Formats: sequence, C-alpha cells, structure tokens
Amino acid sequence: MQPGYYIVLAAILFTIGAVGVLIRRNAIVLFMCIELMLNASNLALVTFGRITGTLDGQIMAFFVMVVAAAEVVVGLAIIMSIFRTRRSASVDDANLLRY
Amino acid sequence: MTAQLAVEAISTGEAWVFWILGPLAVLAAIAMVSARNAVHSALFLVLVMLCLGVFYVVQSGPFIGLAQIIVYTGAIMMLFLFVLMLVGRDSSDSLIEVLRGQRVAAILLGIGFAGLVATAFYRGLQDAPAQGLEAANAPGNVHAIAAIVFTRYIFAFEVTSALLITAATGAMILAHIERRRDQKQTQPDRMRARFAPGNYPAPKAGPGVYATSDSVATPARLPDGRFSERSVPQILPKRQLTEAEVAPKGTASPFGRRAESGGAADSRSGAAGRTNESAGNHASAAPSVGQGGEGR
Repeated sequence: MQPGYYIVLAAILFTIGAVGVLIRRNAIVLFMCIELMLNASNLALVTFGRITGTLDGQIMAFFVMVVAAAEVVVGLAIIMSIFRTRRSASVDDANLLRY
Repeated sequence: MTAQLAVEAISTGEAWVFWILGPLAVLAAIAMVSARNAVHSALFLVLVMLCLGVFYVVQSGPFIGLAQIIVYTGAIMMLFLFVLMLVGRDSSDSLIEVLRGQRVAAILLGIGFAGLVATAFYRGLQDAPAQGLEAANAPGNVHAIAAIVFTRYIFAFEVTSALLITAATGAMILAHIERRRDQKQTQPDRMRARFAPGNYPAPKAGPGVYATSDSVATPARLPDGRFSERSVPQILPKRQLTEAEVAPKGTASPFGRRAESGGAADSRSGAAGRTNESAGNHASAAPSVGQGGEGR
C-alpha cells in the first residue's frame, strides 16, 4: 500500500461529513459532522507530513485541533442559548432572520 | 531530488492496521450520519476518532495521535455528550424534508465529490513514496515538535492562546443568563411563598409502612382514613406491572376490624375501593388473617 491510501480515506471521511451537514437537521449532529470533516483534514495533513518527511503536517493538525476545540466550545454555547429561547435544537426552527 | 530522498517502506503491519481500521472508520462515519439518535451519532464519532488516532500513531506521530485521543474523544466528545444530555429531549432528528429531494441530491453530490477527489488524490499520489519521519523524529517526536512549534510557529502558537481566551470568554457570555436585580427572588420572598396559604411546607406523607405491608405501592392514609394517591410514586404504573399490582394496596387488618380493605383489594383490585365508604359495602362477617394476607 501507499500513503496515498490515507489521503483517499481522508477524502471519503470528509465527504461523509459534508453529506451529513447537508442532510441532518439537528444542530448538534451538524457540529459532529463538522468535527468529522476537521478530523479528515487532520488525517490528510499528517499523511502529507509523512510523505514530505517533515513534521509541519503534524503541527498543522495540532493547530487545527486547537481551533476545533475553540469552535466547539463557542458553537455548543450558541446551540445552548438557542435551545434555551426556542426549546429546539433543529436548524430548521431558527429562521427568524429569514424575511 | 529523486535519488537522495529516503524512501520509507510501509510495513505489513501498517497495511493490516489500515485495511482493518479504515473500513471501520468509514462504516462508523456513515453510521454517525445516518443514526437517528444523536447520542449514537456521538458514540460513532468517538469510534472514528479513535481509528484516526491509531492512524496518527502508526504514521510516526505518537504525540498527535495521543492528543487526538485525549483532546477529541476525551474532551470534545464529552462536551458534545454533555450538551446532548442538557438538550436531551430534542436530540432526535425530524424526518420531515423541508426541501424536496434534498437528501437524494446531497448523497449523489457526496458520491460524486468523493469519487472525484479520491480518484484525483489516488492518481496523483500513488507513485509518491513516503519519505518517512525517521530523520525528523530523531530526537524524539515530542522534542522535534516542540523545537518547531517554539521556533518557526511561535507566532501562530501565541495567536492560539488569544483564540482560546476569546473562545472561553465567548462561551461564558453566551451561556450567561442575564437576570435583572428587581427580578431576583430573595430569600425572604422564597420563605413567604413557602409558608403562604395554599402551599404545604412540610414533607408530604410517604408511602405507608404498616404492620402488614411496607410496599411503596401501599399509599399513605390521610387523617380521615382515605388513601393519599400522591404518596404512591408515579413511576410505578410505567413499569411492566399489571393493573392489580399497581393498584393501591390497603392496609389489611389481621384482626378483622377493617376487613373491607382485604375484600376491596380482592374483588375490585383496589381501583375503586379507595375510600372507606365504598369499601365498607364489601364488609363481610368472616374476615380472617389469611384473607387479609391475600388481599395485599
């Protein structure tokens, strides 16, 4: 096998996450799909670092991890406040800015 | 740049790990997207992340692999589960499709996108040999990463700290409930409301402990002899108990002074015989200890 296989796996996982973002309505599940996409990109970064023989890929993945943690904290706080006012975590219900 | 580059041979063990955990990760990801219950989605995502952590370790990145397992599956996913438990009631998804055909279109788009990107990467990288990280990891993976993070990426590292502070502050602001000072309920107000007419401040009667019964299904008795329905836990009927088992059980008297309780529990399962007046119609002349025992 070649390290390119890891990239193919990362592309597949990324696509599954993107499809999940498109078809799911629950805001928390949407966030999980975004996390899956970030993880797939991390796998690609680590593999690229291995292909090029440098550690920069792993450090990029590390920073992506930090950003993902910050994003999850803020996103889940937003979901909680939306849920507190609207009693729903579905993204279809949050349409006050629609018209 | 061709001949000098070291080419890392991929071991058979790594191939085995890839071919076992790779399909597992893909299946878990599909299950995560298609699971109805959000908690199941979270657990499938944990599985995907664990597989990816193993991949990082296998690709000579032990630090990033362990950080993946600790930070992602340990911290982030537990945060997800925590919020799921708070939101809980609404954690399942609705089946209504707002845009008609959106799901099919999204899946077709995903298959096309995955096919294109995966094929492109595969064709582009199938001849690319891995140079491997043996040289870069020579002083140890953690040492090498630290040496790069604190020299070349020091600015990004410092900006990261600002990002984390901002995120923590933002989460606190978003989760904070603003309460005006005049709306705050003070302790004297709470006490007055507790002892106001219409509210009973003391603990209510619990389910009875009598000489003949100590079941939680035995209701407590009010001063006028009636059963207190509120003393029986409401969860009892929700279990797989029959109607007769759930019904309030009277306190059968072994001395026959109140034989009606046994008779009422026998003939009408105690459902209607909750007052002494109605149960008194069933008073028989020959109550026995055995009958009282059966009545319970």
